[in-house]
Amino acid sequence: MRPEQQGVEVAVLVSVGRHPITGRARRADQDARGLELALGLERQLPGSRVRLLHAGPRGEESEAALRGYLGMGLDTLTLLEQAEGSDAIPALAEHLAAAPPQLVITGARAERGEGSGLLPYALAERLGWPLVNGLAAVEKVENGVATVLQALPRGQRRRLEVRLPAIVSVDGAAPEARQSAFGPARRAELEATPVVAEPDQELAQWQLSPARKRPKRLKIVKAASARDRFKAAAAKAEGGSGQVLEGVSAEQGAEAILKLIEAEGVLR
Amino acid sequence: MSEIRRRDPRREWIARNRLHPEHLSVLAEQGVGAASEWLGPNGVVRKNPHAIGFIGPNGVKRIDRSGAQQGGQAAAEGTRAAQDSRRNVIIEAPAFLVAVVPELSGGRLSGHDKDLLGLARHLADADPEHPGAVLAVVFGEHKEDAFGEAGIDRLLHLDDDAYVGFAPEARLAALSAVERELAPRHWLLPDSPLGGADLGRRLALRLGERPATGVWQIEADGEAPLGWRCTARGAAESLDIQRPLPRVALALAECAEPVDETRHAAEPLSLAEAIPSALSRIEDLGQVAVDPAGVALAEAEFIVSGGNGVKDWDGFHHAAKVLGATEGASRVAVDDGFMARDRQVGATGTWVTARVYLAVGISGAIQHLQGIQSCDKVVTINLDPGCDMIKRADLAVIGDSAEILAALVAKVEQQRGGQRDAA
Repeated sequence: MRPEQQGVEVAVLVSVGRHPITGRARRADQDARGLELALGLERQLPGSRVRLLHAGPRGEESEAALRGYLGMGLDTLTLLEQAEGSDAIPALAEHLAAAPPQLVITGARAERGEGSGLLPYALAERLGWPLVNGLAAVEKVENGVATVLQALPRGQRRRLEVRLPAIVSVDGAAPEARQSAFGPARRAELEATPVVAEPDQELAQWQLSPARKRPKRLKIVKAASARDRFKAAAAKAEGGSGQVLEGVSAEQGAEAILKLIEAEGVLR
Repeated sequence: MSEIRRRDPRREWIARNRLHPEHLSVLAEQGVGAASEWLGPNGVVRKNPHAIGFIGPNGVKRIDRSGAQQGGQAAAEGTRAAQDSRRNVIIEAPAFLVAVVPELSGGRLSGHDKDLLGLARHLADADPEHPGAVLAVVFGEHKEDAFGEAGIDRLLHLDDDAYVGFAPEARLAALSAVERELAPRHWLLPDSPLGGADLGRRLALRLGERPATGVWQIEADGEAPLGWRCTARGAAESLDIQRPLPRVALALAECAEPVDETRHAAEPLSLAEAIPSALSRIEDLGQVAVDPAGVALAEAEFIVSGGNGVKDWDGFHHAAKVLGATEGASRVAVDDGFMARDRQVGATGTWVTARVYLAVGISGAIQHLQGIQSCDKVVTINLDPGCDMIKRADLAVIGDSAEILAALVAKVEQQRGGQRDAA
């Protein structure tokens, strides 16, 4: 039987994450999910190739974090070595344009630095490729068209067809990343190539500070009279405005429930 | 008519007696709804201090005895003001435009959208001499009729099949056309997964801007290019970034107070030139039916939850399946082994955010009610009309849960069958 599906070339862009509690460097959660998605694709379409790409400085801490991705079952990671605080987008765009993969997978947003989630969009704009955000799964790749599932809020999914080459970003809805194995991670190779990068001037001018707790919104009562203000202050959170059907037949009760469910539009 | 004035002592008494149930109607009949002075039966001038005065700026009643203000009239005005306190604002010639692209989830302005429009008003009204106008760009069909109340001066409604579903390229082409023709000073979008987070980033890069994302506060700053600086969340919510406000900003929920004092024109607007149709490389094949059991309980839209009152568990599971609802349970049902532990709703289980929560045979322990605090509509089927769940529920049906669920299933199946026949 002739194999109908051909392998695809996938590049996964990974970043150095930040543990939310300890603040230590780790593999970023969303990027790891992206890599898991790519590895799933490799299993699904024989002949696919997955490569890892990271742009940033090389340090002890970041290397340990990047090896976390290698421990998921890859041999090499391409590191575009840049000075701290430089813009990763031009370097990545240049590298991807030089050897274009068919699919680029990124996390939705970084866990350090600006973390604005702009990188996939900037790459898509520069390379002129289509972009799909919030990917949950890749169903199939055929004739240069990928059928993917996009995650919507409340666990819903939407099926999209996107022409390759494309950039996709994943967030928490993608499959959870496998555990990273320590030995393979140590043995794998980091291929570092220094690239010329311009420092990010704008970012350097901004003031960064640890996140303040956002003020809780107060309930503002605009009452014309003392009586209204008292009523607003003394009112219970739950008004007893509910409708109670007592002594009705099962049919009538079911009818009322069905009416409400349909009005809310949750019945499919 | 005779000149003799007929008196009705009883009515006069009611008119004097504020606490009488017919007091207001009698006053209205006499045409002295707000009379403050009248001649009493013995020829003495009577005064009604409740009918005079006006409501002061702090909501406290004030009586001005200098005579500058006539009691009755002012009181009447005060009540009218309380009914319609919004000021109408029409901005004829705006100095600039603030463009907002609301997410319109479910066809209506969400709370996030209203906050964002409040922020837009804040930007537009900063200089009362040269007010700007808030332009809302709305895609596709909507059910909203209170655009003016939310603070919108100009409304650009783009209704075309091309914008239905996931169509970022078509929407981006439309927004680019708006930019070319109207050149708004600010672009504001909600930083929400369904709406602006995707479109706003695309728009910013198309315009060659570096947008501020996750903005939650803005303040005036004379040195910044646009006169504002903003505070934005960065690095997975762990960093506050203070920077000058760029042209494109993606704001979080509760970034500003929604508009509640003014009513704006929401004047329809249309673009002079046609929007070029974008060649789409992404095709939307529509929503996929998901297995409701696989949806996480915390984010499920429709939950059917069972408790101690459920005796027929097979019927319960069947009902949940037919209704397409995610199953939940109270603690008792989990402890008794009828449901898995991860299905427990409440303080010790999952806090759910369903739009409709159907509680079957759950009496409503306080821990359970905590867990369903953020549900929109709660429906309960219960035997005990005095339980706490009924006080919380929007619709309560007292009766045997198995029978009612069976009737509900029958109705839904009948409806679906009818649809299939019609199709």
